Amino acid sequence: MSNKFVAKGLAAALAASVALVPLMAQAGDLVIESWRNDDIDIWNDKIIPAFNEKHPDIHVSFKPTTPTEYNAALNAKLSGGTAGDLIACRPFDASLELYKQGNLVSLNDLPGMDNFSDVAKSAWQTDDGSTTFCVPIASVIHGFIYNKEAFDEVGVEVPKTTEEFFQVLDKIKEDGTYIPMAMGTADQWEAATMGFQNIGPNHWKGEEGRKALIDGSAKFTDKPYVDTFKELARWKDYLPDGFEAISYPDAQNLFSLGRAAIYPAGSWDISLFNKQADFKFGAFPPPPPAGSDTCYISDHTDIGMGLNAHSKNAKDAKVFLEWMTGPDFAQLYSNALPGFFSLSNAKVKIEDPVAQEFVSWRQKCKSTIRNSYQILSRGTPNLENELWNVSAQVINGTLTPEQASEKVEDGLKKWYAPHQK
Amino acid sequence: MAHSGPMTDWRKAKLPVFAFLAPATLIYTLFMIYPLIDSIRLSFFSATNGGDLAFVGLDNYRTVLSDPDWSHTFWNSFWNNMKFFAVHMLVQNPIGIALAAVLSLPRLKFRNSYRTLIFMPTMLSVVIVGFIWQLILSPVWGVGADILDIVGLKSLFGPWLGKEGSALITLAFISVWQWVGIPMMLIYAALLAIPEDLVDAAIVDGASHFEVFWYIKLPLVLPTVAMVSILTFVGNFNAFDLIYAVKGALAGPNFSTDIMGTLFYRTFFGYQLQLGNPTLGATVASLMFLIILAGVLFYLFVVQRRLSRYQL
Repeated sequence: MSNKFVAKGLAAALAASVALVPLMAQAGDLVIESWRNDDIDIWNDKIIPAFNEKHPDIHVSFKPTTPTEYNAALNAKLSGGTAGDLIACRPFDASLELYKQGNLVSLNDLPGMDNFSDVAKSAWQTDDGSTTFCVPIASVIHGFIYNKEAFDEVGVEVPKTTEEFFQVLDKIKEDGTYIPMAMGTADQWEAATMGFQNIGPNHWKGEEGRKALIDGSAKFTDKPYVDTFKELARWKDYLPDGFEAISYPDAQNLFSLGRAAIYPAGSWDISLFNKQADFKFGAFPPPPPAGSDTCYISDHTDIGMGLNAHSKNAKDAKVFLEWMTGPDFAQLYSNALPGFFSLSNAKVKIEDPVAQEFVSWRQKCKSTIRNSYQILSRGTPNLENELWNVSAQVINGTLTPEQASEKVEDGLKKWYAPHQK
Repeated sequence: MAHSGPMTDWRKAKLPVFAFLAPATLIYTLFMIYPLIDSIRLSFFSATNGGDLAFVGLDNYRTVLSDPDWSHTFWNSFWNNMKFFAVHMLVQNPIGIALAAVLSLPRLKFRNSYRTLIFMPTMLSVVIVGFIWQLILSPVWGVGADILDIVGLKSLFGPWLGKEGSALITLAFISVWQWVGIPMMLIYAALLAIPEDLVDAAIVDGASHFEVFWYIKLPLVLPTVAMVSILTFVGNFNAFDLIYAVKGALAGPNFSTDIMGTLFYRTFFGYQLQLGNPTLGATVASLMFLIILAGVLFYLFVVQRRLSRYQL
């Protein structure tokens, strides 16, 4: 054999292997796009291995971006054709738009979709409800997390009504050991999400009020909304000094270091506090005004999973999605991520005590979702962004509750026909 | 400027000239000029319900400049940008000149250490700068309040980054702190180029150090100062990163820190529940381009021609 021949043969083999490598890497390689960068360990150590026990030949990788950049990054990747196979779905319009643009496919005929209630699916359906394009994963519940040791020390009980809530805050403030409530307005969204959308449902009677806003029979200038802003404005006195410049991580740290007594929370905060707080903490739902017989909570459909229409591994991706509809995933997800509550009809046993407390409110209170998410954030100015802005300003004291209501209603009236009557 | 070298024989030079220019021209056209023109083209279109683009002429510009919602946001970000620029012009560049003047004093010790230290922040990532300053100024953990306490001025401390009246100015100062090394270096280099005998002659004539700086050095470096100004202008009207890193794309409180870069980002890519609108985003980007272009043209045709240059 001449040297030349060997060289040629080697070159050919090399070329063939180089050409084959990408093909081999692609088969059964699923990439998940998500904004939950906090969950990367849970996906890599628990969820994906559990899936691989049943489907060892499908390789899955979880590739999250930061929450605030997710929508922009995802849209850019989709239009560039580099997005992953499975796409974490924001609720309502952001995902609906992806479906309309042909980036997500209908999952109506995915086996296992009947494991979810219509309410669970509503966040990822066309307006007429005929097509579902994401598998519902989880919802988050709002409420207040409190430092049990601080409550014992100051000698206060969990408040049952709004009036009691402010009495508790007053007592903690008088005592002076703890910051009564850990929140800031620097990032703006906490004011709207943990403030307005947290305490509001008690004022606007949950779904009833939310639907009335959509059909135009209620306005943001109505009493329930002004009252919500009024209650929010009272928070100012109980927040830490310089709360205008306190960001979300600052507030989390203030609470988990034991310096604050109450923390307006989303249930997703539980896992962080489990890791960081070395004191006992509990949770209570937003207390309704005295004399009202029903309580309402924000139980917001937050995250789903859809299939990229341009995925090269659609078959494997559907296998993964089908697995996600099953009870194994529901059980695993709810317990790996205490505070994200599975939307599946399957019976799920939650072990974390605080997460149990949150989910128990589903039995005694009526659930609703954030009122700005369905339909109402479709125009300019964007209602959700407006709510962030005015809620932060109401707490900062730069807008009165009445001005805030008017500003939001004016913005909505500009483009939304049912509010123009 | 007159050509003093030998006359170029163009017939002979043609091939090498084009050969040398071609790579740069190609790359610049592909990655700068083409995207620029394409984004201006995009600004004349609008997405229909089906997702296709339809030509709408100047409608997008009319929306951004005259629709009450958009124009209010646009002009708010424009004026915020002007304030951001003004702080840099009035604070960053004078400090840069002063530092350069001090550095070029003949008897200064540890010159190189100072130069490196002052230039250091420029080399840091904006995200890190934003994070460091947020920590320093934090009302909860920050050392800002403690430092003011040492000099007995703690009462002056406030949540500056969170107040509508002070957030933008605070961010501008952070940006000044980071970038002051650039004007300092450029002007320092220009000062070093001034011949010693000019300075010596002035000192023999009885001028003080300050007079030497004011009457001899400063007029000689004015062309560099003008160039630094136009660089500041372009840089500021393109700014985005620091505001985004510290305040996010919603640039609160109440859009008081919203500059054109953040407005563009929100419009083009969307934010939270607000969906991105590439065509309106391209319109905002084109308007930014026009504003910067106007500034640069003003500099080229009005400022630069009046500057007197001295042959040294």
